[in-house]
Amino acid sequence: MEDIPPYPPIDPTTFDLIVIGTGLPESIIAAAASTASKSVLHLDPNPFYGSHFSSLPLADLPSFLSTHSTSPSPPRSRSSEDSNEFSVLDLCTRPLYSSIDISVFSPDLLDQNSRKFNLDVAGPRVFFCADKSIELILNTGANQYMEFKSIDATFVGDNKGNLLNVPDSRAAIFKDKSLGLMEKNQLMRFFKLVQGHMAGEQDVKISDEDLQSPFVDFLNKMGLPPKIKSFILYAIAMADYDQEDTGVCRDLLKTKDGIDQLALYNASIGRFQNASGALLYPIYGQGELSQAFCRRAAVKGCIYVLRMPVTALLVDKDSGCYKGVRLASGQDIFSQKLILDPTFKVTLPSGSSPPSPLQAKLPFFSQKDDRGKIARGICITMTSLKPDMSNFLVVYPPRSLFPEQATSIRLLQIASNLAVCPPGMFVLYISALCNDDDQGKKLIHAVVNILLTVPPINSESNAAVQSETAESGCAVQDENAESSSTGPSDPGEGKPTLLWSALYNQELTLGQDDFICSTPMPDGKLNYDDLIDAAVKLFKKIYPEDEFFPQTSSENPEDEDDGDGDGDVSLET
Amino acid sequence: MHGRPRKAPKPEDEAASTAKAQKLRALQTQFFSFHHDQIYTKEAVELSAKLLEINPESYTAWNYRKLAVEHYLSQPECDPDSVKSVLDDELRVVESALRQNFKSYGAWHHRKWVLSKGHSSINHELRLLDKFQKADSRNFHAWNYRRFVAELMNRSEQDELKYTEDMIYTNFSNYSAWHNRSVLLSALLEKKAEGFLLKENVLPEEYEFIHQAIFTDPDDQSGWFYNLWLLDQTVTTDSPLLVSTWPTCGSDVLIMGDGCQSGSFSPFTTLLSDSGSFPIILYFNQPVEGVNSSTVTIECGFNKNGYLHWEPLSVSNSQAAQVWVAHLKFPTSELDSSVEVSVGHSKGIISTRGVHYCHPSTFSFNVHVQPVERDSFQVSVAESILWREENFKVYRAQSEESIPIAYFDQLCIKNGHESTASNWRTEALAKEIECFRELLSLMDCKIGKLTLARLLMAYNAMSFPFATKLVHSEVLELYNDLMKLDPTHHRYYKDEHSLVLLQKMTCSKESLLQHCFQYKDSGSSVIGNPICLRLNNLSLSRIGAFEKLLWVQMLDLSHNELQSIEGLEAMQLLSCLGLGNNKLRSVTALEPLRKLKSLRVLDISYNQIGDHSIDTTRYLCSSPLSHSVGTGVNKDETVISDAALVNYWEAFYMFKDLNLNQLDIVGNTIADEKFKSALVKIMPTLKRLDGKVLD
Repeated sequence: MEDIPPYPPIDPTTFDLIVIGTGLPESIIAAAASTASKSVLHLDPNPFYGSHFSSLPLADLPSFLSTHSTSPSPPRSRSSEDSNEFSVLDLCTRPLYSSIDISVFSPDLLDQNSRKFNLDVAGPRVFFCADKSIELILNTGANQYMEFKSIDATFVGDNKGNLLNVPDSRAAIFKDKSLGLMEKNQLMRFFKLVQGHMAGEQDVKISDEDLQSPFVDFLNKMGLPPKIKSFILYAIAMADYDQEDTGVCRDLLKTKDGIDQLALYNASIGRFQNASGALLYPIYGQGELSQAFCRRAAVKGCIYVLRMPVTALLVDKDSGCYKGVRLASGQDIFSQKLILDPTFKVTLPSGSSPPSPLQAKLPFFSQKDDRGKIARGICITMTSLKPDMSNFLVVYPPRSLFPEQATSIRLLQIASNLAVCPPGMFVLYISALCNDDDQGKKLIHAVVNILLTVPPINSESNAAVQSETAESGCAVQDENAESSSTGPSDPGEGKPTLLWSALYNQELTLGQDDFICSTPMPDGKLNYDDLIDAAVKLFKKIYPEDEFFPQTSSENPEDEDDGDGDGDVSLET
Repeated sequence: MHGRPRKAPKPEDEAASTAKAQKLRALQTQFFSFHHDQIYTKEAVELSAKLLEINPESYTAWNYRKLAVEHYLSQPECDPDSVKSVLDDELRVVESALRQNFKSYGAWHHRKWVLSKGHSSINHELRLLDKFQKADSRNFHAWNYRRFVAELMNRSEQDELKYTEDMIYTNFSNYSAWHNRSVLLSALLEKKAEGFLLKENVLPEEYEFIHQAIFTDPDDQSGWFYNLWLLDQTVTTDSPLLVSTWPTCGSDVLIMGDGCQSGSFSPFTTLLSDSGSFPIILYFNQPVEGVNSSTVTIECGFNKNGYLHWEPLSVSNSQAAQVWVAHLKFPTSELDSSVEVSVGHSKGIISTRGVHYCHPSTFSFNVHVQPVERDSFQVSVAESILWREENFKVYRAQSEESIPIAYFDQLCIKNGHESTASNWRTEALAKEIECFRELLSLMDCKIGKLTLARLLMAYNAMSFPFATKLVHSEVLELYNDLMKLDPTHHRYYKDEHSLVLLQKMTCSKESLLQHCFQYKDSGSSVIGNPICLRLNNLSLSRIGAFEKLLWVQMLDLSHNELQSIEGLEAMQLLSCLGLGNNKLRSVTALEPLRKLKSLRVLDISYNQIGDHSIDTTRYLCSSPLSHSVGTGVNKDETVISDAALVNYWEAFYMFKDLNLNQLDIVGNTIADEKFKSALVKIMPTLKRLDGKVLD
C-alpha cells in the first residue's frame, strides 16, 4: 500500500454516491444506485473485487487476512490537515480477523499452483436455488456473468467420522439407507404437511399458535424422532444454535421461520435443470458474485477505481455533515452519499476537537457490537471426504462432536470442477458461530481432527509462517498430536491428508446507517439472503424515493445456451 | 410431461393451426397420389418425410416409407453401404417425428421395423433412449422400445434391472420402471439365471425395496402396483392344485328317483338324476387346460371303457377353466359301486402360465343307484317350490351324517405336497402383514387397509388347517372401514366383503350348518330331499367360496344385492335356485346358469332386468354378437324362427338350453306379457311361470 500506482486524477470530482469496498452489499448498492441513474464512484483499496467476500489465490489469502487483523494504523499526518471548509476525519481499518493460523504441509505442491486457487474468504456459503439472492441475480441480469454447479448432497456428520445422507427430498428419503420404514413415513408426511401448508390447503393448515411457537416444540409435537428432528433443524432449516438448550441458544427458530426454510429448501429442489439438489455454488468461487454486480453497475455507468485507498472523510465544519472523501492519491472527491465497507473506522483528529454535531454522532459510528464471532477454516486436501462425490455440504449439529458444542458447524467441500483449486484437489470450507477465539478454534479443530489426517510439520519453509501466527493461538498440529497419541489406534486410515489450512475468526460486524452508512461483514448464515436484506435496507436509507432494481420486462433475453454441458447450471426458470 | 394443466388455445394459436392444416392438406393430397401410383422417387420419399415431420400420426405415410425402403432394397444396384444409408435416413425421419410427438405409435413402430432389418447401430438407440427417458421417465413407448432394443442387442436382464433401479431412485413414481422390473425379474426367475434361482431368495429383497417406496409415500400408487405383483408372485403357487371335488373323497353318494328315501344316506349326498348320469366336478386353484380322459382316469364297476368327456366350466368358452365337469353314466339297475378318480398321473394338465400339474392325486367314493321310476317327474310337477320363510326349517344334522363339508380337511390336498416349499411364502406373508399393520398404526391409508385385508386372506388360505376364524372378522372390519373411507370404490369393497363373508360362513362345518335348512317336510319334495343352503338377506353383492359349495342342490340367494352371479356355473348339482330380490340388471347376467344342466327351478323375480338401457354384460356373454359362441352351439339353432322371439334374442340364448320347470320372473321391467309368452315358447319344459301352471 506504500507504492500507489500513479493514477490520473478522477474526473468528475462530484458524484451522487461514493461506495468504498467491493464486497457483496457494496456492489449490490452500487449496481442498484447506478440502475436508478445515480452517478456512482466505486472504490476499492485492493487490486481485486469482493473485499471480504472475495475469492483469493492461495498466496494472497494470508496477507489479506493479516492486513485486516492488526489494530488501526496511525493516521497519516497529511490527512489530518483541515482545510478551510472541511474537517478531515482519518479513516483507519479495524481488526476484523483474529487468531489467524496458517499451516502449510506441502509447500512445494501448493507453491506451483498458488494462482490456481480461488479461496473464499467468507466460506462456506452457497445459494438455495429458490432463495432471494438467486431471485436478485435473475432480476438484475447478473446471471449473465456467472455460472453455477449443483452441490451434490448434504450430510450430517457424527463424532465417529461418519457422514449420514440427509434425506431432504422424496427421492432421497426413498433411497436413504439409514432411516427405518417408520422414520421414512414420518419424515415424508412432515414434508407433505409443510408443502400442503405452503400451498394453502385448508385441511393441513398449521395453526397460528403453532407457527408462533418454537420450531423444535412443533417438531416434538409432531412426534418426530431425535434423528429426524436433527436433520430438519440443522441440515435443512440450517439452524445455527442448539434449539433444545435455551441457555446457549441465541437464535431460537420459530415454527413459522422453520417452515419457511423448509419451503425454501423444497422449492429449491428441481428448480433448475441440471441442478439435482437444493444448493448451488458459483464456478470460480463466491468472489464472482460481487464481481457480477460490479459489472452490472459498470454497465449502468458506475466508475470503478481499484487499488485506491481512501484515507479520510471530509466533513462540513459547521453542520458536521458528510461532504466527500480524500483518496490516497491526495485527490478530494465529493458526493451526496457515502457507503463504507466494514473495514473502516473513523478516528477523531488527534489535535483539534471535532465540531460538536459530529461529536454526537461519532460514538454510534464506531460502536463495537458484541454479536460474537464466526470461526472459519479453509483446508486443502488431495482426496475427497466421500470417495464418489466432489461437492457437498456437511453439517455437524450442536453437541454432535462434543458436549459443549453449542452451534452447528458447517463444512463445504468444493472440488476442482468448480475451478476453485487445481485438478485433483479439494477445498474444504468450515465455519461455526462462537463467542470468542478459543471456542471458535475448538469448534473448527474438532471437525478437522475427525475428518482429516494432519501431518506433522517438518519443513523449514513453514517456520516463517508459523512464527507469524505463533502467538495467535494453538496450532492445528498440536491438537492433533495430542489426540492421535492418546486416541485408540486409528492412524487416519482412509482419511484425506491435510495439505494446507487457514483457520481464523471473523468479527460479525453489522451494517450501520446512522451518520455514515456502512455495510455488514459476511454473516454466519449459509446463504446470502440476510446480506441482501441489509443491502436493500441501506439502499432504502440513502435513496428512499428510488426503487431497488425496478423490474424490467425483458431483462435477459439472450440467454439461449441449452446448458447441458457438464452439469453447469444456467439459471433459467 | 406430467401434471401440466391444459391451457385454452389462444386466438393466434388457432390461426396457426389452421395454417398448419392447410399446409398439411396440400402435402397429404400430393402424398396420396404418390402412394397410389407407387412412386418411390427421391422427391416423393422426401415429401413423405415432410408430412411426417408435421404429423407423425400419419400411419399411411409410415407404411409408404416401408414400401419405399423395400422397393429400394429390391433394386439390383443396391449395395450394403447404400442400404445402411437408406435405413439411417429412416431413423433420422423417425427421430424428428419423435421430437414432434414423443408418443407417436407409428414412429416408434417404424423405428422397430428399421432396427429389425439389422443394418443399424444399436448403441445409438440406447443413447437416444437415455435422452428420451430423461425427458419423460415414465413414457411407456420409450420403455417398450427399450425392451425391444435390449433384446436385440442381447443386453443382459441384470443390466436392465440395474437400469430400472437407477430410474426408480431418481423418481419412484414410475409405473413403467416398476413394470419393467417385474418383467425382467419374471424372465430371470424363469431362466433360473445365476442369483435368481429361487423365488424365495429374490422376492424378500424386492419386498424390502418396495417397502421403501410405500412407506415414504403411501399415497403414490406405482409402488402399490409393484407390491401387488410381488404378492401375486408369493401367493400363487406355480403348479396348479386340485382344491376340491364332488363327490368328495370317501363319500357315499345316493342317486335316486322319486323321493324314495333310504334312511342311511345323508340328504347332503343324495342326488336325484333324470339324465342317467351324475357329474364329477374337479375344482382347481387356478384355470387349467388339458383335463381329459387320459389325464384324469376313472375306475369303476360300471363304466368299463373309462372314457369320460371333461368339459371346462368357464363362461368365456376358453379351453382353460378352474372348474371341470364330466358326466358319468350309471346303469338303470340298482347298483353299489366304488369309483376311483385319478388326477394328473399322466402329464397334460397345465396352468395358463404354462406350468404342469405335478401333484398326482386320487380320490374315491361310493355310488348307490336306485332306479328311477318312469313317471316320477310328471307327478312332482304339480308341486311348486315356494321360497317362503315358513317352508324352511333349520336342519338338524343327524349324529354321524356324512356331510360333504366334513371332508374339508381331506380336500386340502395341497398342504401335503407343498408344505416345505411354501414355508417361505407364509413367512413372507406374515412379514408383510406385520409391516402393513405398522403402517396403519401410523396413518389411515386406504390402499394399506386393502392390502392388509388381501394379505390376511391369502395368509389364511395358505395356512389352511390352522386358519383362524378371527381373521375373517378382522378382514370384514377392514372392508367396512374402506367402504366408509373411500365411497368411490364402494362396490369393489362390497364385493370383497361379500366374498370374505362367504368364506367365513363356509370355513367350518358348524358355521355352514347354521345356513342349512330343510324344505318343507322331508321326503315329499320334488327335488329329492336336499338340504337348502340359505344365503339370503346377507346383502351379498357377489358370491364365491364355490369350492366348498359344490354339493349344494338348493340354494337361496334371495334378498341380496347381487348384480352378477359369476362363478355359479361351478355348482353343477344345483336344481333349485332362488335369486329373487337382487339387483340383476340384464338377462345376459344370467349367463352362468346356461352351464347348470340340472337346474329346474329358478326364481329371478324382483330384480332389475330391463331397467337399464345399457347392458354392461352383453359383450361379455357368449353370443353371436361377441363372436365367442362355443362349439356346442348348433348353427341351425341360432336361426330364430319365430318373429316374436327376435326382440328377445338374449333371452332366447339364455333360456333355450335350460330345462326349467318353474320360473319366477315377476317384478322385472322386462317381464311383460309379451316377454312371458316368448319365454314359454323358448322353454317347452316350463310348467310354471310366476306361479301360474302352464298348459
